[in-house]
Amino acid sequence: MRRSNIWLWSAAALAYAFLYIPLLIVVVYSFNDSKLNAEWVGFTLSWYVALFNNQEMLTAARNSLIIAVSASFLATLLGTMAGLAIHRYKLKFLPVLVFTPVAMPEILLGVALLLFFLQVLNLTLGMVSIIIAHTTFCIGFVAIIVRARLQGMDESIFEAARDLGASPWQTFRLITLPLIMPAVVAGALMSFTLSIDDFVITFFTKGVGEPILPIQIYTMIKVAVTPEVNAISTLLMLLTLTLIIIAAKLDSGILRRETK
Amino acid sequence: MPALFSMIKGDSKANRIAKWLVSGPPLLFLLVFFVAPSLIMLFTSLRFPGEFGGLAPIAAPAGAVHGEYGLTLETYQFFFSDILYAEIFLKSFAVAAASTLICLIMAYPLALLIARSEKRFRNLMVLLVVLPFASNFLIRIYAWMIILGPESVFSHFINTVLGAFGIAPVTLLFSSFAVLVGMVYVHLPFMVLPLYTNLEKHDPALLDAAQDLGANAWQRFWRVTWPLSLPGVFSGSALVFIPVLGMFAVPDILGGTGDILIGNLIKDQFLGTRDWPFGSTLSIMLTLAVLAITALAAWLARPAAIPEK
Repeated sequence: MRRSNIWLWSAAALAYAFLYIPLLIVVVYSFNDSKLNAEWVGFTLSWYVALFNNQEMLTAARNSLIIAVSASFLATLLGTMAGLAIHRYKLKFLPVLVFTPVAMPEILLGVALLLFFLQVLNLTLGMVSIIIAHTTFCIGFVAIIVRARLQGMDESIFEAARDLGASPWQTFRLITLPLIMPAVVAGALMSFTLSIDDFVITFFTKGVGEPILPIQIYTMIKVAVTPEVNAISTLLMLLTLTLIIIAAKLDSGILRRETK
Repeated sequence: MPALFSMIKGDSKANRIAKWLVSGPPLLFLLVFFVAPSLIMLFTSLRFPGEFGGLAPIAAPAGAVHGEYGLTLETYQFFFSDILYAEIFLKSFAVAAASTLICLIMAYPLALLIARSEKRFRNLMVLLVVLPFASNFLIRIYAWMIILGPESVFSHFINTVLGAFGIAPVTLLFSSFAVLVGMVYVHLPFMVLPLYTNLEKHDPALLDAAQDLGANAWQRFWRVTWPLSLPGVFSGSALVFIPVLGMFAVPDILGGTGDILIGNLIKDQFLGTRDWPFGSTLSIMLTLAVLAITALAAWLARPAAIPEK
């Protein structure tokens, strides 16, 4: 028994190391006073200074923020509705529609939306098309979190409200909404991080206009790697990690989502 | 459509309105921005490419003498006529299978340890698995660009070891090896979570019973824990296999010129050569592959196939 535990611990420790060491390296080199991500030369903040003087990067950050806020707002609204509908009314087709965009390879949604925006809507690709695309896949994540919360709740509360003469709207506003609120907020935070981080779908629906954060990072990685990439990475990590920790504190269900 | 639901007993009018108020908006949004685009993709795969990229018109313009208009299965014929595309699909499947297997081997002990830890530590340990996954996907790939780079400490170490055995130095970055490492790194949490959710539900009394009956540690694992965990193994495998199959960014950043997978091929049709019909055909083929994998995973994990407690 003891021996198998040691094996388990070392294997798990290796897995944790594998997960964290690469990210740690990115963070450490963001403070390295050298253009190459190879040898430690000395401490500097110059890559962060360079970042905050990079006008295009700042615009990209602003655009990504606008997209993430809009998409997470829409996705939270529609995803909460979808989660409620799937839980309450046993509709057969809604779960398929809601969860498929989450489960399939991102590139397929990216391609389908690209063709749709260009052919059918005749839309110039840009912020609007990205917001719609992000909303489409975030709805599923919000719905999963909200539904998991509803599944863990005692149905008799809603019956009691109905028996006491509450209308569906009153039941929702006074009972359901306050109870699912942590899951709704967690879903919103989750959507925000998914949107601000998304590369693949953004890549297909971005068009040629405005700079967007993940696309800027991609270009920097592909064309000219400087530790400025490490600096923006570190800042982004700080932002998303904070949001995920808050979301996990609000609703531990997001750690258990089984995806369907 | 509403008539279909009014058959449910005790469905008052207010309830019916509420039902459609709640399910209507997300339904409509997804019909327009998910179902319609998917159908458009299918339709596009049946059209001719335009002369300068994009699509040829469906109806022949007045006065057109020659040219290709209307609908066709030509792109599908093209797909099956060239062995190159079958090879790329096969290679993508191989990469996805290898990534899934490596993820399983790495994730299983971790999930088992979390499931057998004290309850108050479990959420924190799961959170520690999810946190790196919350950092930007490109950053996680970029991290491996640094680690596997020719000047990195890791590369120097590997080549020193290889040199000691008289093997010529290797380049780690821009290789199939780097692609595999990147794929595993990006998708590992997808394997840990379903495994943990499954393992956590196991009744420890089963292992005690096995021990009382004289099973050693290995037997207890192989005859009790492993068979019970198969639903988790299959759903975790599907969650890794499917995204890897369609991934283009990892080979794009970490791979060499030969590391072209389905995703890269599709990307090139839309953002490189601008052959929309062929890109759509490839996407449809990928969709079919994903559906087949999903069905297989669901069939393997079906309750009848696995001895549940």
